Amino acid sequence: MEPVTRVSGGAYPWGAKNVDTDVIIPAHWLKTITRAGLGKGAFETVRAEPGNIFDDPRHAGSPILIAGDNFGCGSSREHAAWALGDMGIKAVIAPSFSDIFSGNAFKNGIVTVVLPQEAIDRLIEVAQDQPITIDLETMTVTTPFQDRFTFTLDPFRRQCLMQGLDEIGLTLAQDTAISKFESGLATRRPWIARESGYASIAVEGAGRT
Amino acid sequence: MASRPQTLYEKIWNAHVVERRDDGTCLIYIDRHLVHEVTSPQAFEGLRAAGRKVRRPDLTLAVPDHNLPTTARVDAAGKRLPIADPESANQLAALERNTAEFGIDYIDATAPEQGIVHVIGPELGFTLPGTTLVCGDSHTSAHGALGALAFGIGTSEVEHVLATQTLLLSQAKTMEVRVEGSLGYGVSAKDVILAIVGRIGAAGGTGHVIEYTGSVIRALSIEGRLTVANMSIEGGARAGLIAPDEATFAYIKGRPMAPAGENWDKAVAWWKSLPSDPGAVYDKTVVLDATDIAPSLTWGTSPEDVVPITGTVPDPASFADAAKRAAAQKSLDYMGLAPGMRMQDVGVQHVFIGSCTNSRIEDLRAAASVANGRHVADGVRALVVPGSGLVKRQAEHEGLDRIFVAAGFEWREPGCSMCLAMNPDKVPPGERCASTSNRNFVGRQGPGARTHLLSPAMAAAAAVTGKLSDVRELMSNGRE
Ligand code: SF4
Repeated sequence: MEPVTRVSGGAYPWGAKNVDTDVIIPAHWLKTITRAGLGKGAFETVRAEPGNIFDDPRHAGSPILIAGDNFGCGSSREHAAWALGDMGIKAVIAPSFSDIFSGNAFKNGIVTVVLPQEAIDRLIEVAQDQPITIDLETMTVTTPFQDRFTFTLDPFRRQCLMQGLDEIGLTLAQDTAISKFESGLATRRPWIARESGYASIAVEGAGRT
Repeated sequence: MASRPQTLYEKIWNAHVVERRDDGTCLIYIDRHLVHEVTSPQAFEGLRAAGRKVRRPDLTLAVPDHNLPTTARVDAAGKRLPIADPESANQLAALERNTAEFGIDYIDATAPEQGIVHVIGPELGFTLPGTTLVCGDSHTSAHGALGALAFGIGTSEVEHVLATQTLLLSQAKTMEVRVEGSLGYGVSAKDVILAIVGRIGAAGGTGHVIEYTGSVIRALSIEGRLTVANMSIEGGARAGLIAPDEATFAYIKGRPMAPAGENWDKAVAWWKSLPSDPGAVYDKTVVLDATDIAPSLTWGTSPEDVVPITGTVPDPASFADAAKRAAAQKSLDYMGLAPGMRMQDVGVQHVFIGSCTNSRIEDLRAAASVANGRHVADGVRALVVPGSGLVKRQAEHEGLDRIFVAAGFEWREPGCSMCLAMNPDKVPPGERCASTSNRNFVGRQGPGARTHLLSPAMAAAAAVTGKLSDVRELMSNGRE
């Protein structure tokens, strides 16, 4: 993953609340088996409306999206994060995010910044024609007008983002701990381990649903 | 160790901590992982690229459901029929390839056990109390009905679990949703969860794991509990739990993948220790009185937009908050409804009985009892899509398929179907669907589709009357 220390540039001054993952990427885009190319489907239903913010030449290609409460609610589809990433978005600022979405965003190197509604309102005003800067070093969002909003981020996520660390590699470094847990599990809860081989399922014998 | 009283959630959490970090996040062991065709290809792609393998194939089970067409899968001679949509066929082929390559149990599209992940997990005994269970689908919360800590994950997490059998998580807050009393005539588990989401709001459970308690929840069948836990995510909670009890054990016992013999006794002994201790403290508690819950449905494009069937479309002006007013107006425009309209005057063109919320045998029985001896109204297309091949067989054994077909419903093969507009089952733009699924978002059942969420019996009532209807009237109409 690419390290991210700061995201600076234009922002879509959107502010829409409860933007769900069906809006971010409609379901018919989910049939792909690779991660690339989903930017074309991002916000498809919004973009179908004339004069929408995403096709506005003043904002097109911005690395930041400003949204309202509960951004990314709905399904767990990570395609939402891939679609944002593929359309060039590196950070989303909102008063709150759905838990699943912010996790997915993080794993794809997209920064989710939580700021109070007043700050969002101000940033929407500024972003009409000015750039915004998100700095993970100082944990601030700043504007050319001396606005300065601080935010917090889970320290582990911050470190991973800033160093571009791959989470699976980090976890596999704990292999001993996992193996130890597993051998304990085999005695504590021996019913968890399963025999593989689904052909042996005696469905007829079960006789119920 | 003398310890303070713990909730069910805390007990399951503590039993799965591999490692606790300084910042409070924990590496949590995952006992069960369900995989389907839509959210897994990129995860396997990632494993392959990094030269990693699946750590515990035995704890993993794969089945296609999301974009599999629900039309016949084999011809009269038993030969497999091709899938017309090349992208769907491609995803299915990828799942087959990936599970073979990584040694994961795979339930084939044509197998009798095939079905929606959240239906087959409990049905096969793969889902167990006290386990951590994940799947790349947000309605994984359903499995919480059996007392499993179950939640939806994204594809990167799918990859992480495949490779490490763990997830790095921070502990959630707890929220108790207690429903006391007893349910009125014609009120089902679906009405209970709609009422709950209506009360707490679509973001009400954000950051929390809900535990459903109270006499109403205890009295629900496992099927009903699955319906309730399924929609936890619609209330913003990543997971919803119901304490395992005798009904849970009776449901699981003897299922093909459930523990047996000595292991069964050990398992039950542990499961009995799981329910929240007396005096355990939740971060939030919400109490609902069952007598306030009527057969309900949604009017808007958020699952929190709930009204009783006897109610009317709300006036956006009646919302105190400006943002809510605007959202309500937008919803009404999309839904093609006007404030003050009686819900019962709204006509429908489609009825969908299915999805992991309501496609189990009890759901089909409830719908069939309303459909029996009646006929789908003119101009209505009504689909019944069993949640699994086993549900389908059972229903056919009971003759429910014949009731549905005689009444003019379509009887389909198992899958997600019209729950999401991904396979060929879609609601056309501007048309209205009475649906037993869990999401009424804009475009969820097809671009421009208008969705009203309701129970299976209410859906059947809408099918035979051609409009949103109070199922109680059909039930009392000289029949039940
Ligand atoms: S039926 Fe709907 S909600 Fe359930 S698993 Fe399928 S797509 Fe997801």
